[in-house]
Amino acid sequence: MSSINYSEKIPNNVNLGEDRTLQRALEGWQPNFINWWDDVGPEGSTNHDVYLRTAVSVDPQGWAQFGHVKMRDYRWGIFLNPGDADRKIHFGDHKGEKAWQDVPGEHRANLRRIIVTQGDTEPASVEQQRHLGLTAPSMYDLRNLFQINVEEGRHLWAMVYLLQKHFGRDGREEADALLQRTSGDENNPRILGAFNEKTPDWLAFFMFTYFTDRDGKFQLAALAESAFDPLARTTKFMLTEEAHHMFVGESGVSRVLARTAQVMNELKTDDAQKVRAAGAIDLGTIQRYLNFHYSVTIDLFGADQSSNAAIFYSSGLKGRYEEGKRDDDHQLKGQSYKVLEVKDGQLVEKEVPMLNALNEVLRDDFIKDSVAGVTRWNKVLEKAGIATRLVVPHKAFNRQIGALTGIKMSPEGRVVTEVEWEAKKSEWLPTSDDFAFVASLMKREVEPGKFAGWISPPVMGINRQPVDFEYVRFN
Amino acid sequence: MTTTTLIDNGILKQHLIDPEICIRCNTCEAICPVNAITHDDNNYVVRADVCNGCMACISPCPTGSIDNWRTMPLVRAYSIEEQLTWEELPPELSPDQWAADGVSASAADAAAVPSSVPEPMAEPGTQAFHSAKFGATVPPWSAAHPYTNLFPPKSPTTATVVGNFNCTEAGFESETHHVVLDFGSMPFPVLEGQSIGIVPPGTDALGKAHHARQYSIASPRNGERPGYNNLALTVKRVTTDHDGNAVRGIASNYVCDLKVGDEVQVVGPFGSSFLMPNHPRSHIVMICTGTGSAPMRAMTEWRRRLRSSGKFEGGKLMLFFGARTQQELPYFGPLQNLPKDFIDINLAFSRTAGQPKRYVQDLMRERAADLAALLRDGNSHFYVCGLKSMEEGVVMALRDIANEAGGDWETVGATLKREGRLHLETY
Repeated sequence: MSSINYSEKIPNNVNLGEDRTLQRALEGWQPNFINWWDDVGPEGSTNHDVYLRTAVSVDPQGWAQFGHVKMRDYRWGIFLNPGDADRKIHFGDHKGEKAWQDVPGEHRANLRRIIVTQGDTEPASVEQQRHLGLTAPSMYDLRNLFQINVEEGRHLWAMVYLLQKHFGRDGREEADALLQRTSGDENNPRILGAFNEKTPDWLAFFMFTYFTDRDGKFQLAALAESAFDPLARTTKFMLTEEAHHMFVGESGVSRVLARTAQVMNELKTDDAQKVRAAGAIDLGTIQRYLNFHYSVTIDLFGADQSSNAAIFYSSGLKGRYEEGKRDDDHQLKGQSYKVLEVKDGQLVEKEVPMLNALNEVLRDDFIKDSVAGVTRWNKVLEKAGIATRLVVPHKAFNRQIGALTGIKMSPEGRVVTEVEWEAKKSEWLPTSDDFAFVASLMKREVEPGKFAGWISPPVMGINRQPVDFEYVRFN
Repeated sequence: MTTTTLIDNGILKQHLIDPEICIRCNTCEAICPVNAITHDDNNYVVRADVCNGCMACISPCPTGSIDNWRTMPLVRAYSIEEQLTWEELPPELSPDQWAADGVSASAADAAAVPSSVPEPMAEPGTQAFHSAKFGATVPPWSAAHPYTNLFPPKSPTTATVVGNFNCTEAGFESETHHVVLDFGSMPFPVLEGQSIGIVPPGTDALGKAHHARQYSIASPRNGERPGYNNLALTVKRVTTDHDGNAVRGIASNYVCDLKVGDEVQVVGPFGSSFLMPNHPRSHIVMICTGTGSAPMRAMTEWRRRLRSSGKFEGGKLMLFFGARTQQELPYFGPLQNLPKDFIDINLAFSRTAGQPKRYVQDLMRERAADLAALLRDGNSHFYVCGLKSMEEGVVMALRDIANEAGGDWETVGATLKREGRLHLETY
């Protein structure tokens, strides 16, 4: 049983107090983190008391402590899931050997790269979302945004801990660089493309938390299998927090759909312009947002064939999603997997060695998980008696990474000409008009229990509090 | 606090997940200490025969979908196969459906509702007045920080029985025991208001190990015997079910029959909000029935020890204590010996021969003037512990007292809840 020392600046269950070097490094990094938070964290929120869930330990009671706190006083801490001293590596070439407590020299560069790439996404999404608080459709939603922001901040801490604890001077430099890159910055952008995109409005935010944070879930789940035990234990704990982000996305889009369906039924119309005139978001716009966020997110899984992915797997750095629950040989040598490519103007499947296709394996797991949630969104429409259904576009639609880069493809999966693409693009992806319309709805609601006209209230509040609870005290 | 069991008298408090709200994030399945939760491509579901109501999954769930319960005849419990097909939760069974199973709906209402963390559980069904919604989920600001789950259900620790006293008068059919457990050198720090679980040895009729039953701690933080690593429990021997039919409660009979020197398997501690205030001049109003007196005894005793050491300035203690008869009151004798300026004791008996029934809420209404003053004071903390059936009446009495004194209960109640000053723990 690891306990938390509350007298320390940084709550942790890693015996930080006994590691002077690490403690100094983290305490040195902390002021820079706070400066970063003040500079590019949630705008205009310094004095708000926010009803946040704070993790104070990793047992069920400890990681969901609720109370009103100022965000910059949030107790960002370092928590690892409880360890198992006898844990064995369960996949790759080292299968059956003891899991590593320290970084093996030959894997140092790759592990550092994995951790830095993961770590870079955390502050990036805080930066992407920094203006959203000014247009929150309710106090409840504002609180959910802030909860996500502080948890992304804590996930950054988690990665920085690994860098500073296990990678010496390089690690400290990488930890500093995580605070220096900025989302969307021309000279010093974030590492991954999707994390330099804008999150211009709340519909985009819900789509982002549904799709892009789900990428995070799958990446974390794959890292939670790692032979490098501290990484596995850190990411396992992060997954519990990531679940909240997906909840915000899934329920957010659900509530937008519920409101749209309500307006459509009241007006007895499926005319997009009439729905818009009534202050709700038409289903076509929602579908175009979905197409965009889905396609940008599946790019995050990387090239469909990747020798790096094979190396990461075979050397035990990164497993598959739910590796422990699969019943194959966990080494995958000599096995194959189907990936897509375009031949003679047609999409065809091609068998490739599975080890090289592990990005695609993870992408397909993600797709299955995403589609299940879209089915639940459609239940909202079905219940309201609306005939339209949302669909996820074809895997090859609007891809910018891997063999499908730049292929012109309809959402249904038909290869199209450049001319047809240009003609239909505005039906498939959000247009500047869509963005302008959604932006025109973004007005801040600050009264407890009041919701903007384009979104329904949630079914229940946070932590059994009522929906009209004062989730944020503006002071 | 007596046992926390999901099954009582053939009636199951079945734990279910709302498929319309659940986002299939897997957090509950990952966190469940007994592997009661599973899923397929459609739904996440709870195995009724495995879930022990430990509540470890409740606060980690990001959606709240996990906190759903249905009162079911044990024989009709929803199977996981059935749950996996659901698109929405079924409603509570109607009285007709209950009758079809040969159980009366009132028996179902009386079924024990477990609450292993002391947050009030959202009760299914609708009533005009929801007392549970006023129960705080946070401790008072000056509460000491509790340790919880040091020994979770999958890894219990061992304690030794160092005392077991029958503290009801001889000759009465009901029997309440004061049991003292010693933890030796095992760390088991507790606070007043927390509870522990005891795992009865052996297996049930299906050959499965018994699950832990929960008991509130009746002793203060520094031990039943001050300075020793021990604690006390108040356990009533269960000999009849809610309809008066003979039945032997497995855990309560096991505990009541323990001999000094016996070893018991213990899990916990549990509870992080039903905790006492520690600041000077904080008032404690305690309302309890039967073995619900355990946490009240713990708080009273801690204040008594502080007072006798001269380290504590003031603060009122007020007790409303209900039982069927005077002979049933555990700790009746010792309670009566406490000085009147230390604690204001009000006793209610519902079955004294030749006297009208009196319940704790009747006594509270008689003391409305004093309670109204306490309700206005931000240093007052209210604790309710005992049978489920008392909760609504007690909170309604508080509501009426607040309203009649010119206040507004919705505001007063919400403030008490928000500030962790009204705690409900009923079963």
